[in-house]
Amino acid sequence: MRKRKTSAWRSAAAVCALLLTAAGCGSGADDDKGGHAPDKLGKGEGKVNIIAWAGYAEDGSNDPKVDWVHPFEKKTGCQVNTKTAGTSDEMVSLMKTGQYDTVSASGDATLRLIASGDAAPVNTKLVPNYKDIFPALKNQPFNSKDGRMYGIPHGRGANLLMYRTDKVKPAPDSWRAVFDDSARYGGHVTAYDSPIYIADAALYLMRAKPSLGIKNPYALDQKQLDAAVSLLKKQHKAVGEYWSDYQKEITAFKGGDSVIGTTWQVIANLTKAEKAPVKAVLPKEGATGWSDTWMVSAKAEHPNCAYKWLDWIVSPKVNAQVAEYFGEAPSNRKACAETSDPNHCAIFHADDEKYFQRVHFWTTPIKECLDGRKDASCTDYAQWTRAWTEVKG
Amino acid sequence: MPAAPTPGSRLRLTALLAPPLLWLTLAYLGSLGILLLSAFWATDSFTSDVVHTWNTDNFHELLTTPVYRTIALRTLSIAVAVTVIDALLALPMAFCMARVAGRRWRRPLLVAVLTPLWAGYLVKAYAWRVMLGEDGVVGAALAPFGLHGPGYGTTAVIIVLAYLWLPYMILPVYAALERLPERMLEASADLGAGAWRTLRSVVLPAVRPAVFAGSVFTFSLSLGDYLTVQIVGGKTQLLGNVIASQVTLDLPMAAALSAVPVVLIVCYLAAVRRAGALDSL
Repeated sequence: MRKRKTSAWRSAAAVCALLLTAAGCGSGADDDKGGHAPDKLGKGEGKVNIIAWAGYAEDGSNDPKVDWVHPFEKKTGCQVNTKTAGTSDEMVSLMKTGQYDTVSASGDATLRLIASGDAAPVNTKLVPNYKDIFPALKNQPFNSKDGRMYGIPHGRGANLLMYRTDKVKPAPDSWRAVFDDSARYGGHVTAYDSPIYIADAALYLMRAKPSLGIKNPYALDQKQLDAAVSLLKKQHKAVGEYWSDYQKEITAFKGGDSVIGTTWQVIANLTKAEKAPVKAVLPKEGATGWSDTWMVSAKAEHPNCAYKWLDWIVSPKVNAQVAEYFGEAPSNRKACAETSDPNHCAIFHADDEKYFQRVHFWTTPIKECLDGRKDASCTDYAQWTRAWTEVKG
Repeated sequence: MPAAPTPGSRLRLTALLAPPLLWLTLAYLGSLGILLLSAFWATDSFTSDVVHTWNTDNFHELLTTPVYRTIALRTLSIAVAVTVIDALLALPMAFCMARVAGRRWRRPLLVAVLTPLWAGYLVKAYAWRVMLGEDGVVGAALAPFGLHGPGYGTTAVIIVLAYLWLPYMILPVYAALERLPERMLEASADLGAGAWRTLRSVVLPAVRPAVFAGSVFTFSLSLGDYLTVQIVGGKTQLLGNVIASQVTLDLPMAAALSAVPVVLIVCYLAAVRRAGALDSL
């Protein structure tokens, strides 16, 4: 009861904040953008508000065996409030409210959060487990700026192709199944509901139409974007529904309303757990994917608990638990010794940079072409957003 | 003729009217005003931050991009369809409740119509999602006739919205029919009119304002809805969805988009007013 009351107040506060921001006053001074990383940590504030992808902050409510939130609360005295987000856009907008302390941001959200000053730089010295993070994940263009880290790498993985084994035959091994061949499953194809999904079409076109010259699915000039959009419009005819809520995708695959489409490993696992005959594969073209980073809000009310969470979530044992539950490569080298399946790190190629070259991590598309082209101007995320509205019609 | 107000009663009247007027101007019109104001601002395409530079680009884009027109028209058609279906369902139902059923039955019937309003919106919408699904009861019930369920999509949205808002239509129509004097029906019969003629010339004109009053609810609620579409709409996009997805990315554009339903509602209210349905308010 109390909780509900607080959240009502909180949403009221959010509305007020929104109105105030909308009202403007032009007081947005840029000098203090992004806040500062603390030099040392104080006592925990008793709670921490986090925004996470589904499966990143499990407290046993989905599966009693999967719980790393309660042990954290017990150890640190920081009570965890989790808000699950379905898309990076949702994460970015939630972070703007200033009510959350930390977020598991993917590469298409991180730079936006850094640029808007919503995420603060992180003092990695205050996160003891940071030293064991795979070097390949540190100081990457999508999680750092001017040599300063803006978060703690959590893990990485690919967006997979999931299908119902009883309805999709033969087993697909290419994204062609949801693009050029999508009519075969007319009305039962599903796709991820976010502008970033345009990159999935671009990735397919890299192989299917080499003449377009796409080198990086996030660096599309107007002509390349148009090609991706027309492919997606063609796919739209076969789509039954788009998903961003993982629960919605689970029920859709369970009931047979969706038979093929993009997924995350964790959704495939949960759907299988509900006895639906599904399988998830990494198609031969490779895939889009994510590399996630736990960032701290520049307006964090509970920074000490946030740092405790950062250290906790990448600690070897917990990082192993999350990685196995979500189905991704852990970021902590020592986590590989803690997984219940000793081959987990090998299966998910935790330290295999060659493999991850096939996975194109989500990145925010910007005007300057990310593939290094100097003679072309690329389409930015605002254009992608409009294109996505048009695809859905 | 009412007595001239004394200073004391005028003060009391002012005190009485102040809170609702304050509510209307500050909380409602004020927030709407701020919303419309932000439609004239821009968005940083990278950080999604609102940039306070005055321009009309959003409205320009709204009017020139075909996809927004399509979505607006689709939303409008759904709202009209829901309103018509609810009116067609509510008239006979309300007539049975108010005129055919015995006095003893009126209250239980009214309760039966009202009870669904107390159940959660989401519970009802998700129940329909289960029923309309690939292996749901709707499909199973239609299968023996060689028919297929509507699945998720525009039809499903219309069905669910019509179901959700039906009580809002039944109530005013029922109230109007209950108030309809028995004498008028008798007079009509005495003058030689049959049941059909009585319905057309006596009952319908009497309940017309009530239908319009109910339609304001069904129309405006359908126009603004975005949850039902998310749950049973499949890939259908309505104004509400586009606004909801743009709020996170492009607040000024979302504000410009939300001007569309506001304008539509104002037009609708004006039309309803001209038809004389608001006179009794």
